[in-house]
Amino acid sequence: MAIRILRDFTKRMFGLFFKRKKEIKLGFYGPPNAGKTSLANKICKDWTGEEIGTVSNVPHETRKVQFKEEVEIKYKERSLKFKLVDTPGIATKIDYEDFIPFKINKKHAQKRAKEATQGIIEAIKWLDDMDVVIVVLDATENPYSQVNITIVGNLVARKIPVLIVANKIDLKKADIKKIEAAFPDFDVVGISARFGKNMDEFYESLFKLAKRAE
Amino acid sequence: MSKKTQFKGLTLHFIPHSEIEKMETVDRIKKLLKIILDNKVVILQGRLKAEEESRLIEDTMIMIGNIKGFKGVELAVITGNQDNRTLMDKFRFGIARALVGDQNAITIIGPASIVKEVKKDPSKLEILMR
Repeated sequence: MAIRILRDFTKRMFGLFFKRKKEIKLGFYGPPNAGKTSLANKICKDWTGEEIGTVSNVPHETRKVQFKEEVEIKYKERSLKFKLVDTPGIATKIDYEDFIPFKINKKHAQKRAKEATQGIIEAIKWLDDMDVVIVVLDATENPYSQVNITIVGNLVARKIPVLIVANKIDLKKADIKKIEAAFPDFDVVGISARFGKNMDEFYESLFKLAKRAE
Repeated sequence: MSKKTQFKGLTLHFIPHSEIEKMETVDRIKKLLKIILDNKVVILQGRLKAEEESRLIEDTMIMIGNIKGFKGVELAVITGNQDNRTLMDKFRFGIARALVGDQNAITIIGPASIVKEVKKDPSKLEILMR
């Protein structure tokens, strides 16, 4: 008993004097196929040389929350350590038949749909654990969808700082102004995660965001 | 030959705010989903809280896995235009909304098997049926 008390005390004191640099939990949220994993991959590639997950044009490719710890990002002589948390795309409906046109057979499509529903539940549960969140939206899509509003509303209710990323600005149909108009109270940065376009501005915004979590 | 489903009509179920205002979150969501499972479209006076909307999504996902033929919901909220409000007005409105819920809004929730899409632009709302 006495040994345990002494051990806990030593551990606590050690922790106080040699406090580890805080790792900021950075979540990637958004609807399916907006490019959350593409952006998380780009960041991981830039700073660790490894990727976090696979990307695909089939919706709900990410069906489990995936992590990358100890990602140290440097920007203008500052350095911050992040834990990247890439989450499955949030949707209000899942129909296995939507996967069939992508040449996925019925059995696999049904399995994919089931995993996708579980992934959405998991993504929502993780909201409470985030320090800061990047909401990734497809700049070619209508931003006024209720899923986007629900995600942002939940983050605001939990007082979690938010950065909105308008992805796919390399595409002709991309319209950042529409996203800015839909979310006038938030910082919006336009990027192309696939081609690494405008990443400098993105990292600048990310550091501003991280500051709000400190 | 594939079997074609004939569209037999649409039932809109209106729920005044007073009907759910004293309910707990769980009961509110249960009530809404029960109506949706009856293949009706809910027109709710007011809107759910952000946490209730995410709870609705979670419960919907659980139901997709457990109820045959259920594919989820389509959801949209129309709110009054806040663009012309001053910052102070927005702040006051925010407090009022947190206390009594946003009764100026209308929430539309329908089963995804009937409602294909709810397209929302700030000034218009289109409900596309299957």
